[in-house]
Amino acid sequence: MEPEPNVPLNNQSLANSNRHQHKWKDPLFLDCGIRFEQQFSDFNQSSEAQTSFSCNSTKPNQRIGAQENQMNEGQESSKIQDWDPRTMLNNLSFLEKKIHQLQDLVRVIDRRRDQDTGRPDELMFQQQLITADLTSTIVQLISTAGSLLPSVKHNLSSVSSVEQFGGTTNSSGEVFGDVVIQQNNPISKTENQSNQTPIDLTGYTGVEQNSITEDLELKIDDDADEGEILPPGSYEILQLEKEEILALHTHFCTICGKGFKRDANLRMHMRGHGDEYKTPAALAKPDKETSSEPILIKRYSCPYVGCKRNKDHKKFQPLKSILCVKNHYKRTHCDKTYSCIRCNTKKFSVIADLKTHEKHCGREKWLCSCGTTFSRKDKLFGHIALFQGHTPAIPVDEFKGSALPSDQGQKCEAANNVDLINFESNAMDAKGSGDDPTSYFTPITFGPSIVGGFNEFPRPPSEDAESSLSFLLSGRFDYSPKSGRFAGLNDTSV
Amino acid sequence: MEEDQALKPISPFVSLSEEIIFTILDCLNEDPQTKKSFSLVCKSFHSIESQHRKSLKPLYIELISRILNRYPQIHHVDLTYCPRAEDEVLVSISSAYRYTLRSINLSRSRFFTHVGLSSLAGKCWRLVELDLSNATELTDAQAAAIAEAKNLEKLWMARCKLVSDMGVGCIAVGCKKLRLICLKWCVRITDLGVGLIARKCKDIQSLDLSYLLITEKCLAPILQLQQLKELILVECPGIDDEGLRTLKEGCKSLEVLNISKCHNISNVGLFSLINGAERLSHLSLAYGAAVTADFAKCLYKLSGLKSIKLDGCLVTFSTMKAIGDWCVSLKELSLCKCSGVTDEGISYIAQRLILLQKLDITCCHKVTYASIDSITKSCTTLTTLRMEACSMVSEEAIVLIGQRCESLEEMDITGNNINDAGLESILRCSELFSLKLGVCLNITDCRLSRVGVYCQKLRELDLYRCMAITDVGITAIANGCPVLEMINMAYCDKVTDGSLISLSQCLQLKALEIRGCPCVSSVGLSAIATNCKQLTILDIKKCCNIDDTGMVSLAQCSQYLKQINLSYCPVTDVGLLALASISRLQNMTILHVTGLTSNGILAALLAFRGLMKVKLHTSFKSLIPRSVFTVMEHRGCAFHWRNKAFQVETDPKGWLLHLPRHEG
Repeated sequence: MEPEPNVPLNNQSLANSNRHQHKWKDPLFLDCGIRFEQQFSDFNQSSEAQTSFSCNSTKPNQRIGAQENQMNEGQESSKIQDWDPRTMLNNLSFLEKKIHQLQDLVRVIDRRRDQDTGRPDELMFQQQLITADLTSTIVQLISTAGSLLPSVKHNLSSVSSVEQFGGTTNSSGEVFGDVVIQQNNPISKTENQSNQTPIDLTGYTGVEQNSITEDLELKIDDDADEGEILPPGSYEILQLEKEEILALHTHFCTICGKGFKRDANLRMHMRGHGDEYKTPAALAKPDKETSSEPILIKRYSCPYVGCKRNKDHKKFQPLKSILCVKNHYKRTHCDKTYSCIRCNTKKFSVIADLKTHEKHCGREKWLCSCGTTFSRKDKLFGHIALFQGHTPAIPVDEFKGSALPSDQGQKCEAANNVDLINFESNAMDAKGSGDDPTSYFTPITFGPSIVGGFNEFPRPPSEDAESSLSFLLSGRFDYSPKSGRFAGLNDTSV
Repeated sequence: MEEDQALKPISPFVSLSEEIIFTILDCLNEDPQTKKSFSLVCKSFHSIESQHRKSLKPLYIELISRILNRYPQIHHVDLTYCPRAEDEVLVSISSAYRYTLRSINLSRSRFFTHVGLSSLAGKCWRLVELDLSNATELTDAQAAAIAEAKNLEKLWMARCKLVSDMGVGCIAVGCKKLRLICLKWCVRITDLGVGLIARKCKDIQSLDLSYLLITEKCLAPILQLQQLKELILVECPGIDDEGLRTLKEGCKSLEVLNISKCHNISNVGLFSLINGAERLSHLSLAYGAAVTADFAKCLYKLSGLKSIKLDGCLVTFSTMKAIGDWCVSLKELSLCKCSGVTDEGISYIAQRLILLQKLDITCCHKVTYASIDSITKSCTTLTTLRMEACSMVSEEAIVLIGQRCESLEEMDITGNNINDAGLESILRCSELFSLKLGVCLNITDCRLSRVGVYCQKLRELDLYRCMAITDVGITAIANGCPVLEMINMAYCDKVTDGSLISLSQCLQLKALEIRGCPCVSSVGLSAIATNCKQLTILDIKKCCNIDDTGMVSLAQCSQYLKQINLSYCPVTDVGLLALASISRLQNMTILHVTGLTSNGILAALLAFRGLMKVKLHTSFKSLIPRSVFTVMEHRGCAFHWRNKAFQVETDPKGWLLHLPRHEG
């Protein structure tokens, strides 16, 4: 119990407390061990925690709103690279308030002990309560200090993660919301949820992990009441919040605050923070706790109200995994920020989609008048057969290439240009990619053999030819006197 | 004023309304010359004729603007004499006949792009027929332009080799009213394009998919078409029995099916293809694999069949028996080059197919007197009999034909044994319009003159290598057959100018072949040229007495000449240049014409305006400047180079040694 924030990192006790914090912040880190979980399960009996839960569960909607507000703040703060002195000040004043509260509590206990000493159980319980409060304060202090470290990127979020602990003890609904925000790894959360007994849900460990579960369970009940789509008991519906879905990193180092997308990467990173992270136990992949109870199938709901994937939708269709949720949310409800630099037309909200597209970009030469492109001709024709009014769009390049041997090359080109404009509406895509002339050619049309075929009928330098042969041309009418005389009569025939 | 009117001779036409004159002109439609003369009578006639004309076939594309001004009511435009039809021409045509144009033929024209086609398709909303055959440079972009013709009903695109599924897909989506589409030789079109046509154009009645690499995948939607009557699938190797087995049901409305040269369709595939096609009346299986031992199993479904073509198939007696048993209503049967055809088979079918009108047993070498006997006995209504090279048929059998089948209209007995008695009996067929007696060496003038007396409806006469024929016979024919259109006297070396002078009475003569007749001179040819104004095809190869004089008279009179072969003739540069005034001349063969110099050819080539195909000896290739070829190709003319050695026919009967004889 050392409240100083400047404790050296290699200090054993600090390391322990870090592990605590780590555990709370990122429950996926089961390498922290069941040991800790048990330790915290002691706090389960905390009446305050329980009340806070009941309090929150009665007003879920408010809490969601609060969550969103806080989430926005969290997002903003996470964007700030350097530490914000104002936040620090807030944190410190908050800690100060907490210590005062603790002081008051101890005073009350002290007074009670004077009056009534006959209940040692209660005394011990109070002791534990104070210990817990103190621990959380210490952790918060340390992490506040940690935010001063130069490399910390997500310091503020970790600070607020500590903050929420205070919140829980204060039974503040808003802070509960924050808990959810800090749950940046939804997978870990669900895993924990599945592993926990109902009692654990109300436990201290559950405070940060399962507050949402509590919330959701309430809603599941609602769904069960609506009832016709989801067979009761066969599903468990979870709903992540927007911010969780969009969070860049879901795993954070408790020491330096660096964020990671995968827990394995975090574990690898943690090795640099000390030998204790190099033990096989610490490096082991967190196992799923085998439970005798049948694990409920989990399905996910999109937080976007009105979406078919939202659990409040009449024809709700659940999403199967967290990844599905993420991809669905980004694809459906977010801006398409990733654009293909090659074709400049296609935009994606999921970067993987862009990468997939880039593999085919330029090779999608089959395009429809509606602008849809296909990498396979049969897919295009299936599309055209299906929709009325859609036609295959001939790439603009082909119009340019179609200039037949002609002595009026320029005229022809001009005509082509006119047609280009007409054709624009049909082949926007093709036009957009006009800078890549090969991209929209059909593979055979302008293959070398065909080009060779064109060369058989080259555009003749007819002016030169005619001038050089003018002596012959001028004489031709000498041999065909009738062509002039009967031209009027014979210019047509049947 | 009154005096003035009285002085003027009052034309009876003044009192006639325009409608009546139009009706009169309608009766003259078959005679274009008369109508031209009519239009030259006076200004009012000229304008009436201009108003009346519905179809246009311009000779000089340069004059198109004048033509367009003169004739405002044109429905059909035929540009087959204009090898070079550029976008400008098409644009001006489409602007001039925006409300009237119904059909246009571009099958012989090139050099137009999507601009011209787009103008035609976009402006002429009445356009229902478009012939784009042989547009080998037609690209998808141009095909897409066609799609703007929403009312198009008939579209020919044979040999549009560059058009792919994309282009034809555009047409399928755009031209929903299509009833006929010909995609023959459009080798880049696959299942996808054809399938899309079948899905989008529900009114398709006739579909020609010959020589395409299509499979059964596109046949499924095609066979669902409710209106489909004609399906032509010549040489589609992609269609096989395995695929056809997957088809559920054939097309109920199908009437004509042609799967010639489909080597992967056996009778099993055919069976699934015609499953449910109750109206099928014409079936062609020529040179395919469909006729096997089990073919008879298919035939019981085809009892309504009117015509069946089994050319080059493995026809056996069992096949013939099945045809005889099941297809009793058959009117046309072709067994050309079926080596398995025997007297037994012919006799069997002849007894049952009494309605038979057309029979082709060309090159059925096993057929003898017995077959002809049974055919002539039972099929008395026979109108067409082709039995070229049935060398086993005796002279007596030919006699039977004339005696029993008096309604015969077409007869081909090239290379048969026929004597004067046989020809005498054929004279009884007074309806005969086509008679081919090639290589019938025994025919004499005497009998041939009797043909001229009796067969007055004769339009085609082939006397190829009938070497006994002289001027007497030909003169009799010329006197007796005024409607003669085609005569082949090749290698009848006794024929002289006298024949040609008498033939010049046949004013309808369109095709004259006097190859290898050394006694014919320019005098005879001039007579033909002067009188037979309709002459279109002329072959004077190896007529060593026809010189420039003949050419000059041709140039002056035969304005309809389209095709000429001058090889081995003593024609010089002057004659060739004279021919250049024949504006319709499209096809010319000038090999081994010793009188020609490279400069003469050069000048002539540049003077010819409508030339599309020239066959020249390879030796000229180096003598003619490259730029001339460029100009010619630019005009739409193609060169064919031949490198045959100069042939001197020493022995007039030397060719007989190469002729296969099948003597028993």
